[in-house]
This record gives sequence, structure tokens and C-alpha cells, in this order.
Amino acid sequence: MSGYTSTTDADRAAMLAAIGVDSVEELFDGVPAEVRMDRPLDLPDGLTEAEVYGRMRELASRNADAESEICFLGAGMYDHYVPAIVDAITSRSEFLTPYTPYQPEISQGGLQVMFEFQTAMTELTGLPLSSAGLYEGPSTVAAAAYLAIGATKRRGLVVSQGLHPDSRETVRTYAAGFPADVTEVPLVDGVTDADALAAAIGEDTAAVFVQYPSFVGGVEDLERLAAIVHDAGALLVASCDPIALGILRTPGECGVDIAVGEGQPLGNRLDFGGPSFGFFCATEEQIRRMPGRIAGETTDVDGRRGFVLALQTREQHIRREKATHNICTAQALNALGGIIYLSWLGARGMVELGELLVRRTAYAKGRLAAIDGVELLHDAPVVREFAITFDADVEGVLEHCASRGIAAGVPLDLEYGNGLLIAITEQRTKEHIDLLADALAEAVGAAAAGNGAGGSAEAAVAGGVS
Amino acid sequence: MSSAPPTSAAIETPMQRDRATTIFERSVEGRRAAAIPAAGVPQEETPIEELIPAGLLRSQPARLPEISEPEIVRHYNRISRRNFDLDSGIYPLGSCTMKHNPRLNERVAALPGHARLHPAQHPARAQGALELMWSLERALSEICGLPHVSLQPSAGSHGELAGLLLTRAFHAAHGEEEQRTQVLTPDTAHGTNPASVTMAGYEVVKVATNEEGGVDLDDLRAKADERTACLMLTNPNTLGLFDGNIAEITGIVREAGGTLYYDGANLNAIMGHSRPGDMGFDIVHVNLHKSFSQPHGGGGPGSGPIAVSERIEPFLPIPRIERVEPSNGGPPRFELRGSAEHPGSIGRLRGFQGNFGVFVRSYAYILSLGGNGLAEASETAVLNANYLLARMREGRAGKYLPVAFDRRPMHEFVLSGTGAKKELGVKTLDIAKRLLDHGMHPPTVYFPLLVDEALMVEPTETEARESLDRLADAFESILAEAEEDPEILRNAPYTTPVRRLDEVKATRQPVVRQPLTD
Repeated sequence: MSGYTSTTDADRAAMLAAIGVDSVEELFDGVPAEVRMDRPLDLPDGLTEAEVYGRMRELASRNADAESEICFLGAGMYDHYVPAIVDAITSRSEFLTPYTPYQPEISQGGLQVMFEFQTAMTELTGLPLSSAGLYEGPSTVAAAAYLAIGATKRRGLVVSQGLHPDSRETVRTYAAGFPADVTEVPLVDGVTDADALAAAIGEDTAAVFVQYPSFVGGVEDLERLAAIVHDAGALLVASCDPIALGILRTPGECGVDIAVGEGQPLGNRLDFGGPSFGFFCATEEQIRRMPGRIAGETTDVDGRRGFVLALQTREQHIRREKATHNICTAQALNALGGIIYLSWLGARGMVELGELLVRRTAYAKGRLAAIDGVELLHDAPVVREFAITFDADVEGVLEHCASRGIAAGVPLDLEYGNGLLIAITEQRTKEHIDLLADALAEAVGAAAAGNGAGGSAEAAVAGGVS
Repeated sequence: MSSAPPTSAAIETPMQRDRATTIFERSVEGRRAAAIPAAGVPQEETPIEELIPAGLLRSQPARLPEISEPEIVRHYNRISRRNFDLDSGIYPLGSCTMKHNPRLNERVAALPGHARLHPAQHPARAQGALELMWSLERALSEICGLPHVSLQPSAGSHGELAGLLLTRAFHAAHGEEEQRTQVLTPDTAHGTNPASVTMAGYEVVKVATNEEGGVDLDDLRAKADERTACLMLTNPNTLGLFDGNIAEITGIVREAGGTLYYDGANLNAIMGHSRPGDMGFDIVHVNLHKSFSQPHGGGGPGSGPIAVSERIEPFLPIPRIERVEPSNGGPPRFELRGSAEHPGSIGRLRGFQGNFGVFVRSYAYILSLGGNGLAEASETAVLNANYLLARMREGRAGKYLPVAFDRRPMHEFVLSGTGAKKELGVKTLDIAKRLLDHGMHPPTVYFPLLVDEALMVEPTETEARESLDRLADAFESILAEAEEDPEILRNAPYTTPVRRLDEVKATRQPVVRQPLTD
């Protein structure tokens, strides 16, 4: 008997007697012999709790995490400090162990969290409607594509190369089913090429997708893009870095129709990519087309304030094949982490954090651009992420920096150039940036001198950083 | 009756008296929790407009709460108590598999090597994570009886969409994409099935249920033809019944040229006893948040890995994980592979590698139970459901809430509240609401749709016998109460933080965010 069940032999005997069968085996009589397993599962025997802990710790020890090296990796997920209260609150049984609030009378906590989350996300995006959260970034971009096709009855999707490559790939994957055609427009100096965009939009364009800031860090002029997109009767979708929304003009103010994004930077762990949450905000016009759960305020029979799942007639459990999306289980606990984090930062902290990132990023840009052989990919304004290019082999540069205890950046796809995408969080200090600059100078310099990009033997001698 | 509940607001519980207040309403100007460090760079005093043009900056800060740490903690602590949860009592929500969430899994997921591992870390420096994912893939492959696995889908419905896009790619590769436009789903299917079908650009064709609660074979034969892209099925189905004709069902669809999709929401019934691959399925999604103990989190996170047959494998989503044996005999290496190595892939379904934190918990669960433990978990789940049903056949439940299809169920069963409605004048909803006053979560109600006034009950293996007894006793007492005075049920609940809520108002005049003032 595993410790996760309570059934003793005596219980089992009594229960079988109550059922009126002689053995548990008999309860499986409905499963025909031809589809019954005739052998045990070929999996190891169960382990004790301490043994499982040991095995998992051993696996974890073979990962270079952001606690053991200086992490400049970003591309949608960032090593922000997650305050202790996030763990303390999200690990409470009352939030951790229930399911979707189908019985609102005993789910007021979760429903209120959804309502608060929606309010915070509408504040960040400047749009009046927010879903209570979808899976994560790129699939939420695809959800916006699905909405846009339904709303416009058009079948064309235009994606900027400023949109994360994962998001573009995900939209293409989904588009095979909708079905829809996907066209790409290039960047010019780190942001979407507005002329190319205008040329790419046609009368069958349902929506245009950009990222804010762009994948390579450039802050888009959304207002200008919105005018172009709306002229053609299409919707503008912006996939946003929620931390940058603390200081940038809101998508709503700029005329964006749908603002989506990856929620991980808001109080969620890196977790090697998930679970986190996706946010989805839109204009009032889209209220009956929104994907996912939405909490709404109402009253009970005695007039007390309460919250319920609102607009459920959009959802799969009611509408089935006519639903606005298929999502059921989403990321409620991660969205809770998001609203706790936003409350912790608060109105002023959100701005201070954004400005801190802008300043440190400006410093980092200057420091790295000063390295011989390193160029900035673009000159567009940036918030917390930027791209550099160089001639050296990217793998070699990464390896050299790793030997100095630094995860230097995310390799750029070749469509952007040979180089790295570099992200700054409040956990990356001036000293960290200086160490990165030194390591990059060594690696790029060594490559230029024809010695390869920093051999690992030499790196091992130099040792890591403290 | 001395225990007659209050029927007016005159008597309020302390929690009812404590009206809901949002975190925004607790905001007081000047308060804060986080301290943001100084930039510590030469740009410290540079006006921000010199770094980003003013036209791109916000005109005013986001109106987030201004609140101190103790006030945040007290707020969320207070509203958390307005939730019922699995650690407080039985949560027999059908098709949701509300089993215990081992806390060991939370501990190992929080190890910095997992929790602070960046998803873009170089694979050579994330070997532990990739090995964990590969090992979980192998375990799920064995449990499902299908050779290849992708962990990428984020939840069950995401797995369904993946399966349908795989189906599309499979038919396209055989020159039949245009012709195969229909997906067969039984009328007992989960709502996500038809919704996923539409998103994948297919048409839903419903297959009828026979008198035994299984797929109506004649109807299936009539509908499976050259237009069939896929059959989506749950087995045991949403009635909790194992369809004994399963080999024939999959044979009919395979013969017609369709793929076979298994909705793994009910896998908890059969682990180590029967495998979807052996039943003839091509694609299975597994809800790690159901059978494999990931906490449900109030509605996620989940994870919906898919296991597939050889003929579907070339189309699996990327990235894929490959175990590489070095030629020099050293330890194996784990690599992430993309479309260069897998040109037939349908592509990505989301960013990065999937819900890794869920993989950690579910892999820890599989290691804890082992193969025999998983088989035993299914046995106990089936035992618990059958025992609870035996108890529910007694007394008033047996009289007013008969089982919908009178066959031996697997891990869940469905009762019909038609008797209670006709004879007592109380609906399934009323019974469910009265259960709340007993400190129990009701079963899934009004699903599956083909059962009138349905109550779908799944106790799971982690409920103790006495907990099942208490649930059966609660039903008995509620039905006895209904015989005396059905009004008591119609006005229930009485003791919950709020009572029945006006859901129509919330949809007709939606208030979906807090109105904020500057």
C-alpha cells in the first residue's frame, strides 16, 4: 500500500463485501482480456520519499540555474526576484489544491483573485477586458489569432519578425487548423518595418502581430502601426513584456485591439519554461469572443458582494463546438503569483523597477558596444533587453562566458544576425554587467586573434566568478 | 427540525459578515511592500526621457495597489479561507481526479536547479532537466502503450488540439487532407473535445450512446467513412464505464482510414491494467494534473503530454528530446531537436519546452509509486468508486438518485437526479448546494449531457473508506431533509461565505474589473 492511499486489508475486505464481489480483480471484469495488460508495467518499484528526494536533487544538480551563475538570459522569461510572499501564499492548500471554481459559493477566494488579476492586467495594458489567464505567451498569441479570424471573418495573419520566433512558430502551427495564411514582415533598426507592413496587409488580413518591445528589444511605435492596421480593417495584436508595460505607453492608449503576453516575469519562477501564465486583454467589442475564464462581480441572494465565472456561454463546457476557445484547465495558480507580485511592487515600485531596468540596460549597452568586434544590432530605444552581433562563433562565446560563471545571452536566430540577445533584471548589478563585458571581450577578442572563442582549458584555469 | 437552517440574512456566520474587499480597495497612498534598489550605474540620475523618447512612455503609472507586505499577506490569507480545497475534505468532482497532492513534489519542484533554470539555458548545461523529461516520456510511453511522447501541450485541451493537428498532418501526408473533414465524438464527450475539433478546422459528428452506456456500434459504422479524420474517445467514458467493444470500435475507424484519439482524462482508472495503445489508439493525451498528482491550483497549471503510435510520430511537435549514446561509451547526452531534424513536425504549440515544473512533480510521483504502485492506485480508485456506489444504492440515494447506466463502473459513476426532481421537487443543483453546508465538494453536476440531472462522482484512490461513508451519509441526510421540507435544499447553501449568487446578472451586465479612480 502506498502512503498516498488509506485502504487497509481490512478496509478492502469490508468494501468488497459491500460491493458484493470477492476481489478487486473482479471489478476489472468489464475490461476484455484482449486489452488487459498481461504483465506488470515495466517501471521501477516505488521509492521512499527520501530516495525520491535524492534522485530529484541529483538531477537538479546537473542544471546550471540562475542561482549558480550570472544569468543574462531572457527572450520572454526573465530572472526577476520572486518575493517570499508569492511562495507562502501560492503554497496554501486553499489556493494550491482546489480546481476550477464551478461551485462559486465555496470558491470565492479563487474567483476574487481572478477578478483582481483581471483588474491589474487591464491597468497594465490600458484595455478594458482581461481574461483570467491562458497557458503562456506564444499559445496566447495564437489565441488572439483565433479571435481575430472569428471577429473579422478574414483568413490572413501578418506577423512581424519582431514577434518571438516561438510565437511565430506557434501561430503557424495553429494556423494549419484554423485555417489561415501567415505572412512575415521584416524589422528595420530593431522595430517592425512600417512600409513593409503596409504593403503586406490586404483585404483578407484579419490581424497583425507585433511584440512590445520587439524580440530584439526595440520599443515599437504602436500608435503608428495601429493606424496602418486599422486603415485596412484588421486588428492589431501586441505581445507585451508585462514589466515593460510599467513604464511604456499602454497598448490600449496606442489603439491596440488585443494585448497578450507571457506572464512569467510577474512573480513566476523560471521553471525551465513553465508553468507560468499568458495574459489576454482586449477592447469591449471582443467581450463575447474572449478566450478562457473570466470572473465577474455579482451579489448573492442576501445582497452580499460575490464573484462568479462570467460570460460562460463563450466556453467549451457550455458551448462545445461553438465555443470561442477550447481551453479548460489554465494557469490559475500562476496568475495568483502574478497579482501578488504586482501588489508587492505596487504603483510606485512598478515604475521604479522599469526605470531601473532602462538605466542598467543603457549602461550594459554602452559597455558591450565599446568592446572591439561587438556591435549593437539596432539603435531603437530599449527597456531591458537588446541584441549584439559579432563575428565570433556564438557557441564558443557562450562556452567561454559559462566558464566565467556567466550565462551570457540567448543565441539569435540567424535571421537577425550572428550574436546574442541580452536581458537585464534588477538582479543583474553593475558588477555583473562589468564581468559580462570582460568575458565577452575575452571571447570575441580571442576569436578575432584566431585562437577560437576562448578555449575551455584556459577558461578552467581562470575559474568562475564569486 | 431543530437543525433547520436559517433562511434569511438575519443570522450570519463570521465569514459572511466579512464582506469581500479587493486588494485595490485596501490600497492606501504611500504604502509599499517592495524596495527597489538604486540603479548603481552612471545613468542613475539621467532623466528617463533621455533614454526612451517621451512619446513612448506612459502618461501615468498603472493604478496598482499601494499596500504593505503584512497587508498583502493578511488579504490573501483571508480570501483563501473563502475557498474550499482538497486538503479540507472530499472533492469527488467527476472526470477531474482530485487525488492527494504529495508535498514532496512541491519540495523537489522548488529546488533551485529546477525552479531557477532558465528555459533558454544551453542544453549542455541543463542535462538534468532534459534527462528528467526524457525519463518522464519513457514512463508515460510505457503506461500508455505507445512508443513516442511529446510533453509539450500545456493541458488536456491543448493535447487534444495537438492530436487533431497531428491528424491533419497525417492525412495531408497521405493526400487525404481535403477529403477527411469530420471528427467523430460520442455524445458523452468532454466539452473540450468538440471545441478542439472546431479550432483544428474540423466538423463534429456525434456518435450515439447505446443502452449499455457505450458507443453505439451501428451508428459508428454508419458514420465512419472516407470523410472521417479521427475518432475521439474516452475509455472508461464519462459515465465511468469501460467500453468492452473497444477493439471493434477502433477497428471500424482504422478501417475507415481515420486516426484514433484517446482523451486521457480518465486514465486513472486503468494504469497498469489496460493501455490505450493496446486498445488501438494512435494518440493519447495524459492529464498530469489528474492521474499524476499535479495540484489543480484552482484551475491550473496542468500539463497534457501526448503519446503516439509509429504512424503519427513523424509529425510530433517540436522541440523533441533525443537521448544520444556517445560512441566512446561515456554517459548518454540529451539534446533538443527542432524542425531541421524533424521536418514533418506540425511545429511548436507554445514557447520553450512545456510546463517543466509539472513534469518534475509528476515524475516524482511516478518514482514514488513505481509501476506496481500506479496499478494499485487504479485498483483503489476503482474500489473506492464501486464501494461508494454500493453505499449510494442503499437508502434514499438508491431511491431518488439511481445510477444512470446500471453496470459496474470503473473509477467514477453517474447518478441521475430525475427521481429526486419528480418525487421530492429538488434539482441536482439543490442537492449539490446543500452538500456545501456539509463541508463537502459536490460531484460534477449536469454532465454528461445525456443523463438528466446528472451527478458525476469520482472519489479517487486517496479517499479513506470513512470519508466515502461520510459522503454517502451526507446524501442520505440531505434526501431525508428534502422529504421533510424541500425548501431547505432549494435555498441552500446557508453557511458558505456567500450564498447562491446571481450568475445571470454577471453575464448580462458583466463587471469584470474593478473601477479605479486616480
